[in-house]
Amino acid sequence: MLWEVDVHLRQNDAATQEIIAAANDLGLKIHTLHTATAWLIEGDMSLTEVQKLGACLFTDPVTEVCRVARVGDKELITKPPGSSEANNLILHVLPKPGVTDPAAESAKEAMSLLGIRATAVRSVKKYWLPADCITPKQAEETAWKLLASEAIHEVVIGALELTKLSGGDAWKLHRKQVPLNGLSDSDLEELSRRQCLALTANELHAVRDHFNTLDRDPFEIELETIAQTWSEHCCHKTLGSPIDHSGPDGDFCYDNLLKETVFASTEVIRKQLGEEDWCVSVFRDNSGVVRFDGDHDICVKVETHNHPSAIEPYGGAATGLGGVIRDVLGTGHGAKPLANLDVFCVAPLETPPATIPPGIIPPKRLLHGVVGGVRDYGNRMGIPTIAGAVAFHPGYLGNPLVFCGTVGLMPRDSANGRVEPGDLVITAGGRTGRDGIHGATFSSIELSSESESKSGGSVQIGHAIHEKTLTDFVLAASEENLFNAITDCGAGGLSSAVGEMGAELGANVDLEKVPLKYDGLSATEAWISEAQERMVLAVAPSQWPRLSEIAQQEGVEATPIGTFTGSGQLVLRWNGELVGELNCHFLHEGRPRQRLQSLFKPPQNTPPRWSLENTTFQTVLLELLQSEDIASKEWIIRQYDHEVQGKSVLKPLLGPMGGPADATVIRGVLGRPRGILIGIGLRHHLGPIQPYEMAVGGIVEAIANCVASGADPEQIALLDNFCWGDCRRPESLGTLVEACRGCYEAAVALRAPFVSGKDSLNNVFTWKDDAGITQEQSIPPTLLATAIGQINDVSLCVSSDFKKSSNRIAVIGVSKTELGGSQLSVIRRVTGGDVPKVNFEECQKVFRSIHRLNQQRLLASCHDLSDGGLGVALAEMAIGGGLGATVDLAKIPLHDLTEIMKHDDLMSLLRVAFTESTGRFLIEVHEDDTTAVESTLGNIPWSWIGHVTNDNVLTICCGKGSIVSQTSVPTLANAWRKQSNSQTSGTN
Amino acid sequence: MLAPRALILRGPGTNCDEETAHAFERAGGHTKRVHVQALAQSPSLLDDFQIFCIPGGFSYGDDIASGRILALELTQRLGDALHRFHDRGGLILGICNGFQVLLQTGLLLPDWDTGQRSVTLAQNTSGRFVDCWVHLQAKPGNCVFLQGLDHFELPVAHAEGRFTTSDEASLEKLEAGGQFVLQYAQTGDGQQTNPNGSIRNIAGMCDTTGRIFGLMPHPERFIEATQHPAWSGRLDPQADGAGLTFFRNALRVIGKDVG
Repeated sequence: MLWEVDVHLRQNDAATQEIIAAANDLGLKIHTLHTATAWLIEGDMSLTEVQKLGACLFTDPVTEVCRVARVGDKELITKPPGSSEANNLILHVLPKPGVTDPAAESAKEAMSLLGIRATAVRSVKKYWLPADCITPKQAEETAWKLLASEAIHEVVIGALELTKLSGGDAWKLHRKQVPLNGLSDSDLEELSRRQCLALTANELHAVRDHFNTLDRDPFEIELETIAQTWSEHCCHKTLGSPIDHSGPDGDFCYDNLLKETVFASTEVIRKQLGEEDWCVSVFRDNSGVVRFDGDHDICVKVETHNHPSAIEPYGGAATGLGGVIRDVLGTGHGAKPLANLDVFCVAPLETPPATIPPGIIPPKRLLHGVVGGVRDYGNRMGIPTIAGAVAFHPGYLGNPLVFCGTVGLMPRDSANGRVEPGDLVITAGGRTGRDGIHGATFSSIELSSESESKSGGSVQIGHAIHEKTLTDFVLAASEENLFNAITDCGAGGLSSAVGEMGAELGANVDLEKVPLKYDGLSATEAWISEAQERMVLAVAPSQWPRLSEIAQQEGVEATPIGTFTGSGQLVLRWNGELVGELNCHFLHEGRPRQRLQSLFKPPQNTPPRWSLENTTFQTVLLELLQSEDIASKEWIIRQYDHEVQGKSVLKPLLGPMGGPADATVIRGVLGRPRGILIGIGLRHHLGPIQPYEMAVGGIVEAIANCVASGADPEQIALLDNFCWGDCRRPESLGTLVEACRGCYEAAVALRAPFVSGKDSLNNVFTWKDDAGITQEQSIPPTLLATAIGQINDVSLCVSSDFKKSSNRIAVIGVSKTELGGSQLSVIRRVTGGDVPKVNFEECQKVFRSIHRLNQQRLLASCHDLSDGGLGVALAEMAIGGGLGATVDLAKIPLHDLTEIMKHDDLMSLLRVAFTESTGRFLIEVHEDDTTAVESTLGNIPWSWIGHVTNDNVLTICCGKGSIVSQTSVPTLANAWRKQSNSQTSGTN
Repeated sequence: MLAPRALILRGPGTNCDEETAHAFERAGGHTKRVHVQALAQSPSLLDDFQIFCIPGGFSYGDDIASGRILALELTQRLGDALHRFHDRGGLILGICNGFQVLLQTGLLLPDWDTGQRSVTLAQNTSGRFVDCWVHLQAKPGNCVFLQGLDHFELPVAHAEGRFTTSDEASLEKLEAGGQFVLQYAQTGDGQQTNPNGSIRNIAGMCDTTGRIFGLMPHPERFIEATQHPAWSGRLDPQADGAGLTFFRNALRVIGKDVG
């Protein structure tokens, strides 16, 4: 029997109003809309029982009413209760069969509390539209634009005609061999494309040769396992390649680019640190581990989830976050997630719809979707999302970037897990379905305008509460030392997780034991599915009974599916029958490496061209404050629970008026003083101009964030996330090599080791234009640098908001005319000019001085200068504190003494106020501390430039008495908050 | 004298249990975090405690509606045990999701037996989850948790905190009974805070005995100055936050009884 319970709101909510507004934006003049949540319930139960469910489980008597009937009953599609609109068009949006439906799963479990059992439940959104305003065709189009995602939903107009929910019969064993002999290279490439393997012809040659030595063709499941293991996503295919590079600083040959740049910097620093080395486990485990306090280490990982988010923003971002949380949970013997960060790179929100190629989700809908995904997953997990950024560039239109990161805490010296022969292979957490098949290989190929319809299976939907209970289970088991090793089931599913854990020992796996969400999955599907919220543990047989007991207590399913053997073979069986067998050595070491060519020619440096007619200093300052990169992200920040776990010390918005923070800070342990800081550096506008300086600038910015807020510059760990276009092209690869060189130089010079990283290449979008010509767009080369700092005592943390009038303001560090890629050049659409170049030695001196001032408690506030330079930083400090300031630009220490400013030369004023030279800070100091500050700063370049005022006005002068601009702080704040305040509508 | 003991309930999706336990402990109490399944199996576990606290989180994902499934679980499996606990003088505190749960169990309402609930916590007017700080005004009456508190600040973090009713008369009755003990208040410069559109700025309510209390704001997130968004350079970092008073009050009342 299939029942339906419709729950109607007595009054329309905000979401309904937003849909009406969004439909009107699309030119669809609907004036009313009624929505309901419907629950489809399959099971052997009476009408009275379903009515009881309606009243006791599904409906709030104060705000809702419900209607109950069999699916298909006319009553369910008559006019909604309380509505006068008789002539309705009804639209249903429901998850496709097999797509995770968390609310329905919870509902099914909850029914048993009332003693009613259902065999299946599905949740549906229902919409009543006025039939006189809209045709069924328009309704369906609107549904796809606003209410549903092709990757995961079905849309039904009119009555639902379902008779059952559960489906699928158990898979019957059949083994499929894939002959590779006799195929030409183009045949092999076609095979790879057709099966979404993302293997090159060269790699398939190696596979063929290997199986020829075994005298047979590979089975499909073997080929799939190899494809997952050899995917760019799983093994740094490009970054680990031998590369011949030619660039402006000479020719370099690398045998393994990543090892010789990013990894090498860490090795150099660790050697220098010697006994004092505070790195614990780097580039090995699922996240990087460093020392924290006497009892704990901390670990950190940042991942990307770009392609799934491009197709299904909400689900893609949520599962991106879910994945990185499991990376931390799956480090060593399990770490407790403490904080999340997220960074999004998208096209400008007001990109004209006419210029958006087919198959691309408009940036505004995309951004609202990814924010919603992080919000719903992170908030439900009870992990505060405390840091982040949103960066805008037209190049991200087809390939938005979604970075998610997690910091975790683990007992000291628990970083190394080790699988023992005889250990059981245990899967724990969610069940396996068809969701997310081919995610790892999908992320390694280009997106196209047809990806949305073709790759739907690659999109996973998250179930945060499954992950929360899984986390509770893993941490409880870890406390009792019940497993030898753990890893998450992410890209590549079980094939990657078991494959990696058994890389040396080998394993026997009985695939029919994998718990399935529904029948019908083949052995291959069960093996490579990327269904979310699963972990794999290696457990000694003697520990299994206790582990199983804890799993039951926490309501988590844990199942033995095999054994780690020591045979060096990965043996896959289905009910005892062999379905595949792979040699682990071949699987992990057999991938042929290809020498790549790389070329970098820096663009010709042209002097910048400006058009400054009809503008003023104040206009430019306000334009910068409301520009997309700089503007307040409050509308996002406040949707994230950034205070859960109670460890918050410096939040993303600070001071009485909520100005922007530099680093955000949490305590590591409740009630203890030691803190963790997160800084983020992203100089994406430099990517297309000078990738080396983009990398260096981003790293310096991330560290500067931490130092400004109080971190010890001698203990900062870095993470790299490279997102690039098509690196098969030497010119693209050239920019990647330059960025890697930058990473090495910056890390070594600033003694900040990289501890973890990830790359996402092939961020290229192809489509056919109106003339039928294939077009493609690559993202700008983008390196996200994340810095993790530490502070002994969080009571020494300093925020960036002005504290008190009459306090003095100083700028530390030297300013040069470096406007290439600056925010000023972005808003004024200027090309050319020098990009900021970092002087590492000076930069380090500045970091140390700031830290000394902090340790002596001489800083009332401190802010690092980044996007928009000194002018924007001043405004932000004023906004946060709700206080004004008067500063004199003529007092700023300049690099080039020929740069003499005149108060009537707007260009020279703008250059000094908005240059983005790196390694500079603004500090606020109490009058009484003047002498102490002066003696601490000594001979590094710095200068007093003004003081805080209580008139709520930011006054910029150039030379004594000559005022350049005067702007009230509320005016500055309004400009900074303008975009955030307008982001009230948007559907996710 | 034994230190008073608080049972912190946890279940699938509870996520403020550790910091809530920490707050009770910092205030001088002993705590134990107990899974709802374990408690449902042996309700007598409650006998060892004087305080029962449902902390914040997303119990069962807040699927169907916030707090709905956990509330159903408590009424179906622990209803009698909780009434006995309250009758013998126990204190019950529900924070955020815990308040949403408490309200749906009926424990806060005088018409518990009628089964007709007239007030609810609905979706915020904005339609969105919001994490921000609010100003609050306490009118403690007999509410044991709020004694000595007047005007103070706490953070909120929820998507469904709009206190609303279908029936003005029942609201009057609750008001007359002095049950609306905590309201969103004005900031120093006269701006009314109300993060969710609650009717009469209601932020929390207690039962008629003053021993059951539910609120949307998070007192456990302001037990020390460094949790405040503007502490740096303005507050003594070692000072206590207003939220600690809630936990101290509860322990003091129980301490008296235990002593």
